[in-house]
Amino acid sequence: MHSVVCIKQVPDSAQIRVHPVTNTIMRQGVPAIINPYDLFALEEALRLKDRFGGKVTVITMGPPQAEVALRKALSFGADDAILVTDKSFAGADTLATSYALAATIRQIAKESPVDMVFTGKQTIDGDTAQVGPGIAKRMDLQLLTYVSRIVSVDQDKREIVVERRAEGGVQVLKTSLPCLITMLEGSNQMRFGTMPDMFRAARYEMKFWDKTAAGIEDVTKIGLKGSPTVVNKVFTPSPRSEKAEMIAVEGGSPADVAVALLAKMAARFPLVEKELAKRA
Amino acid sequence: MEKFDVIVVGAGPSGNAAAYTLAKAGLSVLQLERGEAAGSKNVQGAILYSDALEKVIPNFRDDAPLERHIIEQRMWVLDDESFIGTHFRSDDFNKPPYNRYTIIRAKFDKWFSKKVQEAGALIISETTVKELLRDKSGKVVGVETDRADGKVYADVVIMADGVNSTLARKAGFRPELDPKHVALAVKEIHFMPRETVEQRFNIKDDEGVVIEMLGKITQGMMGTGFLYTNSDSISIGVGCMLSDFMEQKLTPYDLLEQMKRHPSIQPLIQGGEMKEYTAHLIPEGGYHAIPRVYGDGWMIVGDSGMFVNAVHREGSNLAMTTGRMAAETIIELHRAGKPMSEANLALYKERLDDSFVMKDLKKYKDMPDIFHSNNQFFTTYPELLSRSAYTMLKVDGVDKLTKEKEIFASFKERRSLFGLLGDAFKLWRAFR
Ligand SMILES: Cc1cc2nc3c(=O)[nH]c(=O)nc-3n(C[C@H](O)[C@H](O)[C@H](O)COP(=O)(O)OP(=O)(O)OC[C@H]3O[C@@H](n4cnc5c(N)ncnc54)[C@H](O)[C@@H]3O)c2cc1C
Repeated sequence: MHSVVCIKQVPDSAQIRVHPVTNTIMRQGVPAIINPYDLFALEEALRLKDRFGGKVTVITMGPPQAEVALRKALSFGADDAILVTDKSFAGADTLATSYALAATIRQIAKESPVDMVFTGKQTIDGDTAQVGPGIAKRMDLQLLTYVSRIVSVDQDKREIVVERRAEGGVQVLKTSLPCLITMLEGSNQMRFGTMPDMFRAARYEMKFWDKTAAGIEDVTKIGLKGSPTVVNKVFTPSPRSEKAEMIAVEGGSPADVAVALLAKMAARFPLVEKELAKRA
Repeated sequence: MEKFDVIVVGAGPSGNAAAYTLAKAGLSVLQLERGEAAGSKNVQGAILYSDALEKVIPNFRDDAPLERHIIEQRMWVLDDESFIGTHFRSDDFNKPPYNRYTIIRAKFDKWFSKKVQEAGALIISETTVKELLRDKSGKVVGVETDRADGKVYADVVIMADGVNSTLARKAGFRPELDPKHVALAVKEIHFMPRETVEQRFNIKDDEGVVIEMLGKITQGMMGTGFLYTNSDSISIGVGCMLSDFMEQKLTPYDLLEQMKRHPSIQPLIQGGEMKEYTAHLIPEGGYHAIPRVYGDGWMIVGDSGMFVNAVHREGSNLAMTTGRMAAETIIELHRAGKPMSEANLALYKERLDDSFVMKDLKKYKDMPDIFHSNNQFFTTYPELLSRSAYTMLKVDGVDKLTKEKEIFASFKERRSLFGLLGDAFKLWRAFR
């Protein structure tokens, strides 16, 4: 079982603050982390390896600093890591990113066939949830999004059964390998790597692939050129102007408070009053 | 089985200085740090003393993240409304190479760690050392970490694990921390535009100012406050003996909040955005609190060995110096093919005794006790001092001689003549 896990290094949004005076994002000292959703994908891939053997390859497309994220993934137990990095990737949107990653995975598969591709549900800095499906489409893989559990894998029949969160319930889906899974948060918990994993990660000779190594032929499909998405404006929504009102009735019983509330609502929404009057 | 020449536990200034020096000399070094990365547990602004770092990395100024070099030192004694103090500013401090810098530890430690890595040490973070591994004779032969298959071996283990040093305590190399020997300090960083910092402190370019504070701000507890200028932020903090906090049932946070409202301090930090809030222990027991710092297969450096000069607020420089000296001792033994036995490692202590580290600590050996049992230094005196200044400076038709007499009387009233003389004598002896 060979799984490829796509991860992204993102700024730790929990630690980003907006400057109260200038209103700009204060990036100073904000640590870079592995996109938290990707950790569920990585852990699930590691569990497959625990159950069925094989290996886990982690990849990321990003700047050279993203090496830290890959090394971290190795320390959790991933076997191989590839940093796909090239100046021409700069400015990529989800379309261009999924193109580059799909090319990379094809390249990886040439050496060792890939059974599963994992991504997180989405990233915390882009929130699009498009890269996983984009890769699946380009590689013609079965696509399973928002997977909460892998129920079973039949390696001989090359079939997989998963649970998937859907509106109003849980779907149990069966499909054939190879497939791409986007993992739902909370579906597992990242392990604490062993000491030998830590040593391996620290000593691992990182693989850096430029666009040629990643097997990218059409340069019009990567980076800014390959990105039709235009971000027009980024703004913080202003807080809603309505204010909550506390309704307190001095010494009042719950019933008194309820009456006061109804009176308030009636005054504000005449239709409600009419309707209530009709029913009374 | 993983085996190294040396394992260094901790990636603060002492561990980094040790690991760097060892790796640079070609020894195989494993450095273990429990934080996410070097410096991640250390988010404070601080003063860096060049000399100690220079002796480890001579050209550190080329790329180290330094905030400002200090050209002015202020000493303030505060009561509730006022301060009286001295400012020493000199253009001599503007002549490179500069002697002291303000730094932000998170950035600085990260830089230092990169240097350690480039020198060839293997750094593994997010890994806590749980205990020392010892052979039948009791010699330390490695460490056990909190990870599965966590045993790692080495000829010698350097404990650079900071003031708490659970390792040394567990192994029985060091007694439990005495609350009278540690200060608890809190520190914040307030970000504001560079120009604002420069205007408020009358500085330009990379010039910086330090204010050391003493007096009512610590509410009678033994301690000091401090304020430093960084490039586009100000570090402010206060520290008092842990035992005092326990007795007075005050939290360091309350103390800092009050200090920030002092009319002389508030305008300096006004409008800044508070970024970091950290509380940390500082070993301030001084000379008498220093434990045994070496043994069969082990050494202690930095805060873990209580190497802090509280009187001069020097810690990181002692940490780096002890780290370097431990490393140099090991290198010498390693090259001579000698084992890391207690007898051989005694060389480390000899080096320490011979350096400013032990000499300075010895000089102030009685300071902690004096301040501890004489809290008038932190309460009565500051108040009296500023009242005296106020009396002398106010022009109100009273002749100066009468004023002097009044001032002297107020000192005597609050503290007997014997008390005053006694205090002066104690201080003189301690500073001698
Ligand atoms: C508020 C405050 C202000 C200060 N200001 C100054 C100043 O301006 N100038 C100055 O020179 N000094 C200052 N000091 C003192 C200075 O910070 C310390 O003396 C110095 O950091 C000591 O370095 P160290 O390497 O010994 O310990 P630390 O810097 O404490 O480093 C110890 C490291 O070991 C790690 N560790 C601990 N236990 C384990 C374990 N079991 N396994 C793995 N890793 C472990 C910790 O995570 C930590 O990274 C200040 C201290 C405080 C608290």
